[in-house]
Amino acid sequence: MTDDKDLRGATAVSGLGITEQGKVYGHSSSWFAAEAIRLALEDAGLEKSDVDGLLVSQGVAPLPGMGGVDLQSHLGMTNLRLLTGMQVGGATAATMIQYAALSVYHGLANHVVCIFADAPLREGRGGGGSYSGSGGAGYMPPGMSGLYTAFGMFGVNARYALAARRHMGMYGTTNDHFGAIAVGQRAWAAMNPAAQQREPITLSDYHASRWVAEPLHLLDCCLVSNGAVAVIVSSAEAARDLKQPPAYIWGMGQGHPGDLKRAGWDAETQTGAPIAKRRAFEMAGIDVGDIDVCQLYDCYTYTVLVTLEDYGFCEKGEGGPFVADGKLAPGGSLPTNTGGGQLSGFYMWGMTPIAEGIVQARGQGGERQAEKHDVVLVTGNGGILDHHSTLVLSPNRS
Amino acid sequence: MADQAYTLPIPVADEASQEFFDGAREGKLMLLRCTQCQRYRLPGRELCSDCWSTDTEWAQATGRGKLYTFGIMHQKYHPAFADMTPYNYALVELDEGPRLVTNIVECDDDDLRTDMPVEAVFDAVSDEATLIRFRPSE
Repeated sequence: MTDDKDLRGATAVSGLGITEQGKVYGHSSSWFAAEAIRLALEDAGLEKSDVDGLLVSQGVAPLPGMGGVDLQSHLGMTNLRLLTGMQVGGATAATMIQYAALSVYHGLANHVVCIFADAPLREGRGGGGSYSGSGGAGYMPPGMSGLYTAFGMFGVNARYALAARRHMGMYGTTNDHFGAIAVGQRAWAAMNPAAQQREPITLSDYHASRWVAEPLHLLDCCLVSNGAVAVIVSSAEAARDLKQPPAYIWGMGQGHPGDLKRAGWDAETQTGAPIAKRRAFEMAGIDVGDIDVCQLYDCYTYTVLVTLEDYGFCEKGEGGPFVADGKLAPGGSLPTNTGGGQLSGFYMWGMTPIAEGIVQARGQGGERQAEKHDVVLVTGNGGILDHHSTLVLSPNRS
Repeated sequence: MADQAYTLPIPVADEASQEFFDGAREGKLMLLRCTQCQRYRLPGRELCSDCWSTDTEWAQATGRGKLYTFGIMHQKYHPAFADMTPYNYALVELDEGPRLVTNIVECDDDDLRTDMPVEAVFDAVSDEATLIRFRPSE
């Protein structure tokens, strides 16, 4: 095994590119990808020819080629020594950065671009339809898969509603608890010029927002966005000589419990975070109390709550009372999802928490910058809490 | 429901699930059982996720279980369900272990509780298809 002391802080994020996000129409996901990569190179002060690694992750709207790898030819990146498409849902982005960091550390590449792009929104169609999975009238998948259609269980919202309900049933978690997360993140978004939803909300607004799939209100659910985010990973030495303050990669880990869909398997209330955390925190040499800022994958308010529990910020089942006092919101003791997250900022799957984690580690958050930001926790989540990825970022090399 | 034409989508068996759908029509909830480790599973997976054995047999389940979790759908994602919202959908954990997607009937949505005991109701929605729904039980 690589010595942790060597890997910790050996690589860094050297560039970040975020396109315009949200209801941006008339462009393909390839266009957004190109724009984000252009912005990231500019941010870092690198040329296209400096890039020798490309890791690609696509959303609902596919990128060209197998797993999106034709993006290389599309962008004329002819110096690549590392290229692949990756997919583990919302956990992908952080895992891309992990593979990029390991590749740089072991000399497979010098500057690796990690790109996520998506364009699910079409003018005149509701955002939720992009992820409904209903297939429309007349569509009936054969066999057991057809039961979801027959019983009217459509889309990701329905599945996360099941997970949230299980937690409520087991631990007494309430919509007030979920609402505290939504309200807090909106308050952060109000300070983020790039966020899609910046109008402050109250707990009453939360309760008044329409039900999507009970127990989830509209304000429990993430946004849907067209756009792209690109992140460049380089060695610590190279990053130090580039334009931006490096966001050093201190620790990384993954956890993939999956879901056996049977008794004894608490897939709805247990994430892969405990597995991912163990390795990531060991590598970073930190404990949960050392974390200054959290960027937690927040496809739903509930995802934040269960993730906090699984990192040990509070006991299992105590996530509701833990968040109820607003400690995640501006002015609170645990600044979390400081860009508004996926709920109020923008929805670029795992790149949303990563992008804000980089901004915070660099100290470039402006009005929303967390005062203490030496240790930034970033998490990814894929499937229905089936896949988890962890990054620990810091402005300090050691 | 048999009195009037059934307007919701009706599932169709495939090769792997034929016995499950045939069983439902006869009022039986049929599962696969691994003959190596005796664990039950729903049809659709060729091998046992635990011991990887492909040796299986069909076995009739008791039809009893508990309401593992549920949701109330308000969003109109599918035209056939548009007039039905809000309606419940659920995962029932069968006594044999597997969790099955279904609806809960004979119970107000407001009275649904996780872990409440439920039992299968065989709902013949057409001559060919019977859906297995669940209702509260003792």
